[in-house]
Amino acid sequence: MKNEQAKKYGMVIDLDKCTGCGACMVACMAENNVPFKKDETNKLDSITWMRVFQLTNGKSFPETDICYIPRPCMHCEGEHGHSPCVSVCPATATDYSQQTGIVSQIYTRCFGCRYCMAACPYHARYFNWWDPVWPNGMEKYLNPNVSPRMRGVVEKCSFCFHRYQRAMEKAFLEGRRELEEEEYQTACTQACPAGAIVFGDLNNEKHKIHQIVNPDPAHRGRPKNPKAFRLLERLGTNPKVYYLSSREWVRRAGDNYLPHEGSGKGH
Amino acid sequence: MKMDRRSFLSFVIGGAAGTTLSPLPWKLTDDLAIWSQNWPWTPVPEKGEVSYANTTCMLCPGGCGITVRKVGDRAVKIEGTKGHPVNNGGICILGLSGLQLLYGPTRVPSPLRRTGERGENRWQKVSWDEALAWVAEKLADLRGKRLSHTVACISGTDGGTVPRLMERFLTAFGSPNFIRTPSMRDSYEMTLHLMQGAQASIGFDIENADFIVSFGSGILEGWGSPVRMFRANSVWKENGVKVVQIEPRLSNTAAKSDKWLPIHPGTEGALALGLAHVILKESLYRKDFVGTHTSGFDRWSKEVVEEWTPEQVETVTGIDKSTIVDLAKSFANAKKPLAICGRGKGNTAGGIGEFMAVHSLNALMGNINRKGGVWAVPGSDHIHWPEVEMDAVASAGMQQTRIDGAGTDKFMHARHLLHRVPEMINAGDPSLVQALFVLDANPYYTLSDKALLKKAWAKIPFILSFSSFMDETAQNADLILPNHMYLERYEDVPYAEGFNKPFIGLAKPVVSPQFDTLHTGDAILRLAKALGDPVEKAFPWEDYEGCLDDTFGDQWEELQEIGYRVESDFEPGSRNTAFETASRKFEFIPEESKDAAKNVMVKAEGEEPAYPLVLIPYDSPRLASGFIGDPPFMIKTVPDTVLKENDLLVEVHPKTAQSLGISEGKPAVLKTPKGEARVRVHLFEGIMPGLVAMPTGLGHQAYDGYLAGKGINFNDLIGPVEDEVSGLDAAWGIRAKLSRV
Ligand code: SF4
Ligand code: SF4
Ligand code: SF4
Repeated sequence: MKNEQAKKYGMVIDLDKCTGCGACMVACMAENNVPFKKDETNKLDSITWMRVFQLTNGKSFPETDICYIPRPCMHCEGEHGHSPCVSVCPATATDYSQQTGIVSQIYTRCFGCRYCMAACPYHARYFNWWDPVWPNGMEKYLNPNVSPRMRGVVEKCSFCFHRYQRAMEKAFLEGRRELEEEEYQTACTQACPAGAIVFGDLNNEKHKIHQIVNPDPAHRGRPKNPKAFRLLERLGTNPKVYYLSSREWVRRAGDNYLPHEGSGKGH
Repeated sequence: MKMDRRSFLSFVIGGAAGTTLSPLPWKLTDDLAIWSQNWPWTPVPEKGEVSYANTTCMLCPGGCGITVRKVGDRAVKIEGTKGHPVNNGGICILGLSGLQLLYGPTRVPSPLRRTGERGENRWQKVSWDEALAWVAEKLADLRGKRLSHTVACISGTDGGTVPRLMERFLTAFGSPNFIRTPSMRDSYEMTLHLMQGAQASIGFDIENADFIVSFGSGILEGWGSPVRMFRANSVWKENGVKVVQIEPRLSNTAAKSDKWLPIHPGTEGALALGLAHVILKESLYRKDFVGTHTSGFDRWSKEVVEEWTPEQVETVTGIDKSTIVDLAKSFANAKKPLAICGRGKGNTAGGIGEFMAVHSLNALMGNINRKGGVWAVPGSDHIHWPEVEMDAVASAGMQQTRIDGAGTDKFMHARHLLHRVPEMINAGDPSLVQALFVLDANPYYTLSDKALLKKAWAKIPFILSFSSFMDETAQNADLILPNHMYLERYEDVPYAEGFNKPFIGLAKPVVSPQFDTLHTGDAILRLAKALGDPVEKAFPWEDYEGCLDDTFGDQWEELQEIGYRVESDFEPGSRNTAFETASRKFEFIPEESKDAAKNVMVKAEGEEPAYPLVLIPYDSPRLASGFIGDPPFMIKTVPDTVLKENDLLVEVHPKTAQSLGISEGKPAVLKTPKGEARVRVHLFEGIMPGLVAMPTGLGHQAYDGYLAGKGINFNDLIGPVEDEVSGLDAAWGIRAKLSRV
């Protein structure tokens, strides 16, 4: 397999199109057997692999403006795969795949020290404080391709890795080694009613994401598209999730920091 | 560089630790599924053969095609159907959550007969035979006493075979009281009827419009067919189509629009006429259309020019006159401008004067029944059942005036006026409704003026709900005859709200019924049979499926195969939807009702100084505010600035809050002429000072612990404001007082 070109799966979310509807959040929960509790208003312990935050331009009425910003795991590459979270995990329960660029989470190995949570600047990781409980009968809709997690482990967005595995299995059965762009798409991308999310291989020039973002290999994938940006670019986390916005204040807010951080306010 | 402690800290950790710990090479071990056997207390989803089943979503009037992924006989995921004419692969947050409704604990498991007091939620399981016999006995008794007209049905939809079977049942039984729940459908239907003489649904060729002025329509909150609107919005972005959103609050739609114009709530109709004024004055209207296809233009334009000058409109709306002039010019100079209205998701009727004012803008631009404009779409014509043969009792019953007054001399053009029913019940002794059926609706939750409603409710001797879920109405009924839920049943969905082509979707069972439920179509047929002739003979079908088969005839198989029927080459204005008014023209001032547009604005209930603020509702795409209660997934996405624990937060401008001495997150009492509630306050720069904004769709009392008791029901704080010309409920808000506690 060594001749195969390594993939770098990533996502670009068009914030001009994103309506803040939250369908991506629910598509993700439904696909990945994410549990829910009776009270989910403490957003610090509310498990949402994909969460839509709200940025505001800080101006007063009527100059106020809002922008919704969906936040999955950024699948940071860091430098040569040293993602902030991967680097601190003492159990090697999370890993950066050089083959796909996906940061994995291996629940069986995770013993819940939560170093990775502290390390992740995007608050993309969540801890299972409780065993998941589905109201009687509801476990019927659980997806057999994704295991429910148990108390004491950390979980996060996997870029719907099981969909990659299924697509690869199918391709191998058909004697192919490569996937077509639409063969592997995440649940949120598929669901977004606004078509705001584009998912694909950043290394593949034929993929839409490559064409939209135009990543600059000389600068760790920084987008050449002037409308595109990454969250907290300056931290050097080298994320593979990009955003597009025609509003300058949005690009500036995203580049520096998320106002919800520090106040702990989720939107 | 701005960086707070948390991200800065993680930067340091990430940088330092990254150099000391080098990760072991680990190859694709995250096969997420193989190991869960080690944890016996977490459920292991059963494996099985994967299949996909297509059907139609029925959770809102959107008419989306959905594809259900199944593993064995379990439904595990709902996705949008690719290539579907309405939603082409997209799906909304509610549609995605459908399986939580299917398998959730809020289902009504079998026919239930009340044992405790109403609303106490104490029930006894009864068999279908027993339950239906009981209903038939009550109905026969009423019919025997010549009280057939006191049976009423509140239905969330009309036009499809199930509501039509219900209507037919009432006709054969002898009651005119089939009442559809209110929505902007009412006002748009009436607008089309009065101005164009069309018996039609409104359709918008939104994908082809090139300038949108929305008078408070929640294009991104769930107005029209939600997924279609989301998709259109993205197309607009790609093509540089401008959207101007007019509403007092920075909603999702306003935030995504090109221009947000905050307006004093309730004055949208005045702004529409202000724009018309400029267009008329500057002679920017399309003379070809106005000259040949309209009538009443001279008188109407004279009035508009005299009464609605930008100066006057500025005073009323709070939007300055130069903005009004600019907007009018941009609108008129666009090739295919489109003006739309119906607040939020369009779950309320609204004033006819406002709708007609907005529709006049489209007429001025000749934007009726043409590309990129407003189309009159004929109602579905798939039902051709034989005329009901009424006996003397039935005809006598059908001669009675409808309890809601719709179609009477006073409200000649209204078809359904549900908000008037509680008052009418309270006025009569004994109650004018002796038996109430509720179908795909949750009036106990959605109707406003709760005091009046509860009083009326108590006066109705028998209430029967057909709900699949234990909603507020079911919980306060005497008998529940649970329908299969939409994923378990066949049913035709005869329209997609706002879609510009005649469309019928078909819901098909994707899983077998999970509980002891019965299709309401079959329940109606069995009731008819139990009543015997003449009611029985109006229903010549073995069962509901037989009725569907018969209704669609040779198209039934194709419909099942494809899952929908759409008239893709439909030309607007071709059939009976062109101008069918007396003048055969578009009537700016309808001959049939010259005063129809008299109330361009209606006042909110309540007076200053007792109620110094104005409370308005807002719809959110993340909350279902119709007859379906939010599934747990949706509630989970609700921000903590809307719901914190069980407390609802109302939005208030910081200045308003400051003048009341209330700060962020603090509790307060919100009082209106119709009710009082304890809330918390969220300060928001995106709301006009002097207003209080409250989300709709919360404050449920029924369902389960994932929904009940969370927040406040907006409908508990408001009452109807009747437009005296049309009879429609034009309430858009209510005066209020907010005080710190
Ligand atoms: S589903 Fe799409 S539009 Fe909705 S919040 Fe997510 S990214 Fe935005
Ligand atoms: S976003 Fe957080 S969890 Fe995801 S790879 Fe980056 S540091 Fe790790
Ligand atoms: S928009 Fe309406 S019809 Fe479409 S998926 Fe959502 S709830 Fe269902």
